[in-house]
Amino acid sequence: MVQKLDTLEETPSQTAGPYVHIGCIPTFAGVEGVYPEDLGKRAIEDGAKGEVITITGSVFDGTGWALRDAMMESWQPDAAGKFPGQKGADPKVNGFCRFAADGETGEFTLKTVKPGKVPYREGGHQAPHIALWITARGINTGLQTRIYFEDEDNEGDPLLSRIEQQHRRDTLIAKKTGEGQYRFDIRLQGEGETVFLDL
Amino acid sequence: MTDLGTLIPRNREIHPPAYDVGYKTSVVRSPTQPLLSMESTLTEETGPMFGHSLLGPLDNNLILNYTQGRAPAVGERILVHGRVLDENNRPQKGVLVEAWQANAGGRYRHKKDGYLAPLDPNFGGCGRALTDENGYYEFLTIRPGAYPWPNRGNDWRPMHIHFSIFGTGFGQRLISQMYFEGDPLIRNCPIAATIKNRSHLDRLVAPLDMSKSRPLDHLAYKFDIVLRGRRQTMFENKMEGM
Repeated sequence: MVQKLDTLEETPSQTAGPYVHIGCIPTFAGVEGVYPEDLGKRAIEDGAKGEVITITGSVFDGTGWALRDAMMESWQPDAAGKFPGQKGADPKVNGFCRFAADGETGEFTLKTVKPGKVPYREGGHQAPHIALWITARGINTGLQTRIYFEDEDNEGDPLLSRIEQQHRRDTLIAKKTGEGQYRFDIRLQGEGETVFLDL
Repeated sequence: MTDLGTLIPRNREIHPPAYDVGYKTSVVRSPTQPLLSMESTLTEETGPMFGHSLLGPLDNNLILNYTQGRAPAVGERILVHGRVLDENNRPQKGVLVEAWQANAGGRYRHKKDGYLAPLDPNFGGCGRALTDENGYYEFLTIRPGAYPWPNRGNDWRPMHIHFSIFGTGFGQRLISQMYFEGDPLIRNCPIAATIKNRSHLDRLVAPLDMSKSRPLDHLAYKFDIVLRGRRQTMFENKMEGM
């Protein structure tokens, strides 16, 4: 017999279900008083350096209907490209934010600072982006994607460059709709399907 | 910001496929294009860390935290405990574990749940804990009831507790569900059945653990959780700027 590996297998995922808010955003579910406030309520505190932006969007299913029960989390560096916990990172940038699609309209809003570019292997860099993780009823394993910005230099970004069909790169790029305003819609399935990631 | 290293790619074989016709909602909520794979970057290798100042004294006590200690929830009192490890068998220290569940009758405290079983005025259904230096966590709660859901004509969820786990990197993010040993509804459940191999599903089934049960107080169930690990070799250089 060959030697035995002592590695473990990751715990399998299951859907977050329709009541994910009870555990993750209790006040959205109508559960008050257990915690002083919901975790990850704000991506930034007052005084964060950089351009404050608002990203609005919806998560659409394969029929074009906006999900009313999706829960999202974002993770990003500060305006200088430093993640919270890294030396010199802006203490007013939490980096992490949790938000839900509106129960009536299906729209979500993320208010944050525009992230800086971050280092990549061998002296390269990644274009400014926000990591996004999407869970909901009907989603068996949380979906990873990224928000890039149409008014940034996305040329040569290592991830965008790996998308063979150039028109699919556009599904990861937020469109500017006004001063400090962006639109980022997510299409889970079918025409214009968002690129989802495994990394 | 310790422990930065490339994340070991997910073994997608052990996770449910996105599309599963038995779980009807997944049919229109599953991507049809393949996932884009690439080695993890700083974005996935870093992640939010939460300190002890976050936690209130009753945060991991679902029997008491909804009333802040004034009155206990009704149901079978249980301790759910275990360790959070990574694929390299290393304890995940100081990571956040969140849990949510229905009450003893299978009713959720959520504005969208209209099941006829009543709410328990003393039960909220959410809790959270940080793991200790050995990766250990525990929750005191009541055993949730099974509940019916509109999928096929007569589908009932087994008793289960939802878990949300953070590692030290955002790419380790995981949400899953814990089931209870011996529950016959597990084998009928289309959501449990999204995991295609019974040996993988069994890893979500918590055994009764009499060693942690407290006489005349509570029973116990053990639930260990494994997150993605990091690949580290003697030869790799750190990323530029790290």
